[in-house]
Amino acid sequence: MTAFRRTTKAAHIDRTKPITFTFDGKTLSGFAGDTLASALLANGKTLLGRSFKYHRPRGLIAAGLEEPNALFTTGTDGRTEPNTTATATELVSGITAKSQNAWPSLAFDVMAVNQFLSPIFSAGFYYKTFMGPLKKSWMMYEPIIRKAAGLGVAVPDVDTARYEHRYTFCDVLVIGSGPAGLAAAVTAARSNLRVTLAEQDFELGGSLLSSGNEVLEQWRKTQIAELETHKEARVLKRTTAQGIYDGNLVVLNCIPQNHPAKMILEQCRAKTIIIATGAIERPLVFENNDRPGVMLASAVCTYLNRHSVAPKKRAVIVTNNDSAYTTAFELAEADVAVTVAEQRATLSGDLLAKAAQLGIAIFPSSGIANVIGEKQIRAVRLSGRHAATIECDVLAMSGGWSPVLHLTSHGGIKPKYDEKIAAFVPGGFAPSHYGAGGVNGTFGVLAAIREGETAAHAAFENLVFRKNLEAIELPALRGDRAYAIQPDWTVPEGKHAFVDFQNDVTTKDIKQAHQEGYLSVEHLKRYTTLGMGTDQGKTSNINAIAMMADLRGLPMSAAGTTTFRPPYAPLTIGAIAGRNVGAHFKPKRLSPLHDWHIAHGATFIEAGLWMRAWYYDWAGNSPETAYIKEMELVRGNVGISDVSSLGKIDVQGPDAAEFLNRVYVNGFAKLPVGRARYGVMLNDDGIVLDDGTTSRISHTQFYMTTTTAQAGEVMSWLEYLLQMHWTDLNVHVTSLTDEWGGMAVSGPNARRALQLAFPDVDVTTEALPYMGVMEIELEGVPVRILRLSFSGELAYEVHCSANYTTALWEHILVSADSLGIKPYGLEALASLRIEKGHVAGADLDHRNTLDDLGLGKMAGKEKDYVGKALRFREDCQAPVRWSLVGIECMEDGKKLRGGAILFAASDEIKGHGRGYITSVTWSTELNKFIALALYNGGLKHEGEDIICAFPLKNENVKARIVSPHFIDKAGERLHA
Amino acid sequence: MAKGYNIFNLVRHAFRPNEPWPEAWAKPEPKSSYDVIIIGGGGHGLATAYYLAKNHGLKNIAVLEKSYIGSGNVGRNTTLIRSNYMIGGNTAFFEFSMKLWEGLSHELNFNTMVSHRGQMVLAVSPGQVDAFARRGNTMRLNGIDAELLDRNEVMKELPYLDYSKEARFPIYGAIHQPRAGTVRHDAVAWGYARAASQLGVDIIENCEVTNIMRDGDKVVGVETSRGKILSNKVAIAVAGHTSHVAAMAGMRLPIESHILQAFVTEPIKPLVHHVVSWGAELFYLSQSDKGGMVFGGHIDGFNTYTQRGNFPRIQSVMECATTLLPFMSRMRLLRHWGGIQDMTPDGSPFICKTPTQGLYLNGGWCYQGFKATPASGFTYAHTIAHDQEHDLNKCFSLDRFEKGKELDEFGIGNWTYKQ
Amino acid sequence: MRLQCPHCGERDVAEFRYGGDATKTRPQHGTGDLQAWHDYHFVFDNPKGPHIEYWQHTLGCRQWLKLNRNTATNVIEGRA
Repeated sequence: MTAFRRTTKAAHIDRTKPITFTFDGKTLSGFAGDTLASALLANGKTLLGRSFKYHRPRGLIAAGLEEPNALFTTGTDGRTEPNTTATATELVSGITAKSQNAWPSLAFDVMAVNQFLSPIFSAGFYYKTFMGPLKKSWMMYEPIIRKAAGLGVAVPDVDTARYEHRYTFCDVLVIGSGPAGLAAAVTAARSNLRVTLAEQDFELGGSLLSSGNEVLEQWRKTQIAELETHKEARVLKRTTAQGIYDGNLVVLNCIPQNHPAKMILEQCRAKTIIIATGAIERPLVFENNDRPGVMLASAVCTYLNRHSVAPKKRAVIVTNNDSAYTTAFELAEADVAVTVAEQRATLSGDLLAKAAQLGIAIFPSSGIANVIGEKQIRAVRLSGRHAATIECDVLAMSGGWSPVLHLTSHGGIKPKYDEKIAAFVPGGFAPSHYGAGGVNGTFGVLAAIREGETAAHAAFENLVFRKNLEAIELPALRGDRAYAIQPDWTVPEGKHAFVDFQNDVTTKDIKQAHQEGYLSVEHLKRYTTLGMGTDQGKTSNINAIAMMADLRGLPMSAAGTTTFRPPYAPLTIGAIAGRNVGAHFKPKRLSPLHDWHIAHGATFIEAGLWMRAWYYDWAGNSPETAYIKEMELVRGNVGISDVSSLGKIDVQGPDAAEFLNRVYVNGFAKLPVGRARYGVMLNDDGIVLDDGTTSRISHTQFYMTTTTAQAGEVMSWLEYLLQMHWTDLNVHVTSLTDEWGGMAVSGPNARRALQLAFPDVDVTTEALPYMGVMEIELEGVPVRILRLSFSGELAYEVHCSANYTTALWEHILVSADSLGIKPYGLEALASLRIEKGHVAGADLDHRNTLDDLGLGKMAGKEKDYVGKALRFREDCQAPVRWSLVGIECMEDGKKLRGGAILFAASDEIKGHGRGYITSVTWSTELNKFIALALYNGGLKHEGEDIICAFPLKNENVKARIVSPHFIDKAGERLHA
Repeated sequence: MAKGYNIFNLVRHAFRPNEPWPEAWAKPEPKSSYDVIIIGGGGHGLATAYYLAKNHGLKNIAVLEKSYIGSGNVGRNTTLIRSNYMIGGNTAFFEFSMKLWEGLSHELNFNTMVSHRGQMVLAVSPGQVDAFARRGNTMRLNGIDAELLDRNEVMKELPYLDYSKEARFPIYGAIHQPRAGTVRHDAVAWGYARAASQLGVDIIENCEVTNIMRDGDKVVGVETSRGKILSNKVAIAVAGHTSHVAAMAGMRLPIESHILQAFVTEPIKPLVHHVVSWGAELFYLSQSDKGGMVFGGHIDGFNTYTQRGNFPRIQSVMECATTLLPFMSRMRLLRHWGGIQDMTPDGSPFICKTPTQGLYLNGGWCYQGFKATPASGFTYAHTIAHDQEHDLNKCFSLDRFEKGKELDEFGIGNWTYKQ
Repeated sequence: MRLQCPHCGERDVAEFRYGGDATKTRPQHGTGDLQAWHDYHFVFDNPKGPHIEYWQHTLGCRQWLKLNRNTATNVIEGRA
């Protein structure tokens, strides 16, 4: 026995285009123009899901995306998506849908036993039990409770669908294409403004699609046809306006047709926004109002007039307002026997007359006492004067209408209550936002059209634009009926009167929340989980708010609403993320030498956003050992390493020297041309910001290098000081980080390598001493040679334009091949500098003072520099601060590890210790593990024995504090 | 200890519908004076009231809340608790908080659903493994649980992460704190309110403080939307709006108000059994008992009181979610919201006395207000009752920036909007 | 949110970096004691309402600018 049938009436389905789909393993068919919901209904499927908590059988309630019950898992294999709303899913070929939250089947669900426990599972149930017997007993109960929760199942497979982003601008964005939205869009389009019309449905027309009225259908088609003629008008179907953000950014989620992307997220910056989102019908609350076959009256009308799906024979309608009579009349005209339970005592004459003419029985002052039938409604029992049991295939209910005001409220404007229509309406509109039609509580078609037109004109005012436009031609209707409603929000008796269908919140729960003092609407929501389902309470919230107000004896105007938050409808996370995910998350920064490294066996490592060569094949294939060979090469011969990721800043201007003298703690004013100097800069708070080497290229030009990690930060900082504070200084800074590349040539044979590479250049120590700088040309390409050393060996950095960096690199390799020069990677680079005691990334963590790093003496005593005042704060100068030391491993066969906590040999191994290891390496020179560390009191403790505790590996290693300069303390190699 | 909630009463009420449950907390009218007034009926304010009454024998206490209790950040956070702190006083303070969490449901006779499901912080470079090791070692040496997991161990525990070759930031390992987890956030406010109310504390909702009254350098009471209320001890606990309330007493603070967004997806069957955090970008996620993925990232990054987020941050958090947990791509975002949080230059809070005698300050919680709630209430109550800081909150003083005693737990530097 | 860059015009907030409170006067270079620098660096009015603040158009012309943004509404009320 099925409760629904297809009629033969012309509607918005295309009977020439049958579409097959699968539901719970059965193949079914529908037509183009169906939603998944309407097709299921046409196939007589009314039991579609099980509720969240009590696993009660549930069917369709609505025809739009406010639907709380009909949620399916769609897709197959590793591509399923849980919680797809059937009413918002266009029927396309091959949809595979499965019901959720039922086992073993929808019809027989074991967990339905929960229904019998419902007296205990009342609101706040969990808060009152599962606390014992032990302190952590919740850990015992939680896994069981978790399993019962949740709806669909997510599959862990990678999502192969494509999600695109689009950025648009328009003068007028119209949201919703009902009568108001169409009128607004056409009016705006006639003025040649850039108009975008966004409609969440796959058909334009909104409520017009459900009217069954030929005049309105003609009007709809005329407007759509006209929109197509306007070049500046964009019409977006299947596009949901999900949220309005600051600056009139509207986020639109589009499902494109004939496009490789599954979804396109459009960020639309609209000068003006016309919100024409209509209204949603509300359920009524009575015993067993959740039984399959109990539906919103407007949904019944939509399924009938839009999708040609009618109840088999008999319908009962229960209403507190006039709008449900449209459904009553349409059903009667489709040969359905209709009975109306009218909650109000009296009804206007025209409705009575038409009902009589159509043979509709109306029982005034009646409601529904109970619904009979478990998995499908069979009959209803009326309450009130006309208590009777009436058999029916569907119970169509109408509790009045709630404007869809979500978007008006995203910016923080609170809705206000309108007594006349018993609903919340927008509390106002942000500047450049306008409302039209149902969203304003204007429910007549003609009035909505006029409001749409007016809203467009108001938008023009905002755009300082006006034109005499032809008015919209109204459909030839006699006029709008006034909307009359008389809600009754006293809490009905009964145990199974549902307010929130998806989350199984009943009137009992609301009463209980009231008793326990959870009075504010937010407490009500959070205590009962009201409105927290996938439908976010679109159908339920107002009934609950009203009942609470009634229990508290408050007027609705004082009750308030919960906050409307984006997104309007559940929004696929992949669509928001777009294509900046997986391998494309945070674009990689690549050195100009990257391709060379790939071609020559480099293994890479992430260093912030950079990909850096970690070690090379020639030295082995393990990060644990390869760097040792590379270190040996540098210490014994000569190696070359890519340092292109260093920040490089060109500092120019007559005051450049003064500027650097201010930002570095040490003096730069007197740095001679052709010389480089190591410098450290502080933040205003006296904490170290960065270090690097800056070379004087000419009297007015400097070449600054920064650490890789801080390059962006330092650049912004210099610009900030110059642009906002030291505007008297005539200096300009330009980042060359991406424009220039660089390489370090290091090792005792470095000079020989350079001589081979640049035979015409004098690189003797006389011509280019330690910290000397030289500008040369190689085949017309400017090259800078800086005699700097990070490794402690005789070393040079050679920099040039990124376009020629690979050529220069290859040139040096080829020229010096006879020496056995080879590349070395980041691991070796970092290890060499540890041996030399140079601080870097791991040792600099924004907590260090200059003195912590043993660099206090660098700061000019007489000179002023950024951070000087706060550098001398009490604790920043305390002798117990953790400062830089070297550490040698004293136990053969044991390792030092980064992150080990340091204790004096006599200490109890407990607490925060006296310091920690910042970076570790195997020293090829000393043949042992060495480390840099920060230690309480620093080098005052040189020579003392310590314990390096690493409880995560249950390991304590004996070590000794030494100078951080493990090799060549006199610097003979540097100066060689 | 509060009482009245147990399985027997549940069954009794289930079958005797005419016997209503008592009000969770009483709703008295404000009196003309109190021994202590706490401004702010959030988690911290209510916890403070509870511990003042319970530990210090004070009974004449009012909590003044401008809206409904729990309307601030205690009901807006991502419900995480952890005690993985390594800098100075933070370590002991947050571990003390964890210990209070462990017994909280019992203590309050209110199931706050303290779930010690464990937190995994994923390291994305060898350097980060070292940094996490330092944190874990410090925790262990201070009696706090921590484990260092390598990549293979992480794969076993969190099979749904991206371990492919293409992964932008490969996972090198993780630091795991087994006792970290989640707590049902609203229940913390309600549970403390109920327990405090049972001890005689007046919880007064819809009562906005409009001025702090002083006599010279002493506090004498507050003016509110419901009249003047006198007290010689007034305690501020309004994180998010601390600057605003402190200004009523003429204070300027090292605090800026920023928005932190939070996100929840549709509910699905259990899949993520830990709290998962990432070292590549600030990102944290857990699956609620209801089934939704609850997650968040960085603050938006500019001062605001709007309680609504901007889209660039929403996008970046979704990029993180989808990159780290590829299954998230097909999940749907159900709701996103924002809370205003106090940001301090070093990322650490204040629980301290102020230059005005009898006026106390609790604020500046940055990202860690929720997990600190029990310890914050406990130590703030001590500070108020004895007019002297407890050992555990001595480090959270207002003068620490003057003294150079910053508590920069994450090594970001002194920037309110970067912490 | 969209910000007005003096060179590039109105651009999305994602192109900018925030630079914080711009009402405080930075002590002249080489002047100011510890207290002055402490107050400058660490203490904020943090108003709910108009807020003069720094931004830098980092992904554009790199100009630093001062804007007046209302922190209660996020509406940009103009350049400061």
